[in-house]
Amino acid sequence: MAYSVTPTRTSIAASRIALGALLRRDLLVLRKNFGEFVGRTLMQPLLLVFVFLYVFPKIGQGIGGGSSNAGRGESAFATVLVPGVVAISIMFQGIQSVAVQLSQEFGFTREIEDRVQAPCPLWLVAVARVLSGATQGLISAVIVFPIASVVHAKGVHANLSFHWWIVLTLIPLTCIAMTSLGLLLGTTFEPRNIGLMFGFVVLPLVFLGGTYYQWTRLAPVKIGGFHWLQTLVLINPLIYVAEGMRAALTTTSHMHLYIIYPVVIGFVVIFLALGLRNFRRRVLS
Amino acid sequence: MIGHKQKMVDNNQIGDSSEQVIRTVELSKTYPQMDVPAVDKLNLEVGKGEIFGLLGPNGAGKTTTAGMLTTRVIPTAGQAFIGGINVRKHPTLVKQLIGVVSQQNTLDRSLTVRENLYYHGLLFGMGVKESARVADELLEKFHLGSWGKKSVFALSGGMAQRLMVARAIFHSPAVLFMDEPTAGLDPQSRLALWEILQGLNSEGQTILLTTHYMEEADQLCNRVAIMDHGQILALDSPVNLKKSIGADAILTVRVEGDPLGLIEVLKLSIDGVSASREIEGGVEIQVSETEKLLPRVINLAESNGISILDISLAETTLETVFINLTGKELRD
Repeated sequence: MAYSVTPTRTSIAASRIALGALLRRDLLVLRKNFGEFVGRTLMQPLLLVFVFLYVFPKIGQGIGGGSSNAGRGESAFATVLVPGVVAISIMFQGIQSVAVQLSQEFGFTREIEDRVQAPCPLWLVAVARVLSGATQGLISAVIVFPIASVVHAKGVHANLSFHWWIVLTLIPLTCIAMTSLGLLLGTTFEPRNIGLMFGFVVLPLVFLGGTYYQWTRLAPVKIGGFHWLQTLVLINPLIYVAEGMRAALTTTSHMHLYIIYPVVIGFVVIFLALGLRNFRRRVLS
Repeated sequence: MIGHKQKMVDNNQIGDSSEQVIRTVELSKTYPQMDVPAVDKLNLEVGKGEIFGLLGPNGAGKTTTAGMLTTRVIPTAGQAFIGGINVRKHPTLVKQLIGVVSQQNTLDRSLTVRENLYYHGLLFGMGVKESARVADELLEKFHLGSWGKKSVFALSGGMAQRLMVARAIFHSPAVLFMDEPTAGLDPQSRLALWEILQGLNSEGQTILLTTHYMEEADQLCNRVAIMDHGQILALDSPVNLKKSIGADAILTVRVEGDPLGLIEVLKLSIDGVSASREIEGGVEIQVSETEKLLPRVINLAESNGISILDISLAETTLETVFINLTGKELRD
């Protein structure tokens, strides 16, 4: 207890230590609430595959199905859907673990007030949250994938094959992209407007994010000669994530990887830049 | 209610000014879309070991000043230094040197009481073992020993405030900032917190607090800066501030009917009246001669046909100082 008036560490040393402590804190909270985490992570994918890949084929309403090719079209749909479900899970982790949390910490619990007094630059406090959120995204991808590939009606099964290099690079990258999106949304929306965020941002992203269909399949939707929907959804980051998951987990057709990687990296840069700018504006006056 | 002066002397010690902890030079802040500055060319020095108070009404610029010193508010002009380090240029270094307790409860709701302390230690570079040891020590010291494993939701307002103070001093900061530390606390918790702050200060902790409770500034602070409209109007020890108004006591008289007549009568007949003002249903007069004052006032009123409803004599307070400086009450 010296009450020294000179700092004992350089900014860099103090920041490195603070980053470690911020991540440890987030992982402890994750460990404490792991049951709840698994529950909310699994619910949506489970319902999606249950309805689309089990109930629909059972009641003869299977997507891609028909009486003549017993299960083959449905299996093709399953192959498209399972990577889409993994993509959605990663995205929801970004929303849940970063956007919803941050919005509450800024607007309601004021916890952020104390965290920004950590002996590190402000941006690092935000980046720490993005990184721990991305870790949660990774865990959710790992636990969702087996569920999504196991639940289906008899005769319907997704045709899956791992492309390890893509799995090991693209999944972490998309996790960071989605938690960066979470940072942007969480610093933009007040807690009372979270409903708006889900209605006007999250839902359109999900339904127009290529979860249930491949991007190329949108070509027939056109006015005159203009493929308007196919063009419009290109601003949706989830399209690239879903197509990327198809590249990583299946042999079905997908967008070229040399489009997916740079665009996802581009989204990371844009979301982080805007999110950090918002974060700074919310913290400083 | 006659004024008494016994505690005034020992309240007068001033921190070791040879080692400055806080220094500001013409520090100013004007918020966007505001015409008047929230803080206007503030020059301030706080020495090691002091409890320094910024006293003023809401909107005086106290919180903005504390915000600029704690890296949260960007000054529009001037400089601020903590331990000689420029706050604006090196906020990351400054954050190593300060502890902050804000007005709201900012405890980590996902962690237990003890974890709130423990992770703060890790955040400031303490080892795992040392952090655990200090956390346990502080829980005992702040009377939270039996609450360590509980959720912070279980804490009362006073306990939560104590935990926030414990967390803020965990890394032995050069200065502890407290923004309105007892706002919203019940009287008992307020006294408990005052005791804690005095205890910390006796161990050498420098503290800067903002408050609009004059009792708090009077009881706790070695020196007080009275602020209004972003400027310091007076800065001294509470004793000297009270001495500066040249009166020993405040006489308050409530009467039936018009009180202005009474002011004239008292000014004429009583020595040492330094100032007077009308308050609701009566008058307030600053006097320096209190010998047999009350019976004399009652007699004077009676002989002039004024009937008194209530009469009281009280020690001068920082509130009086504030009224003399600004013409308005602190609580407005």
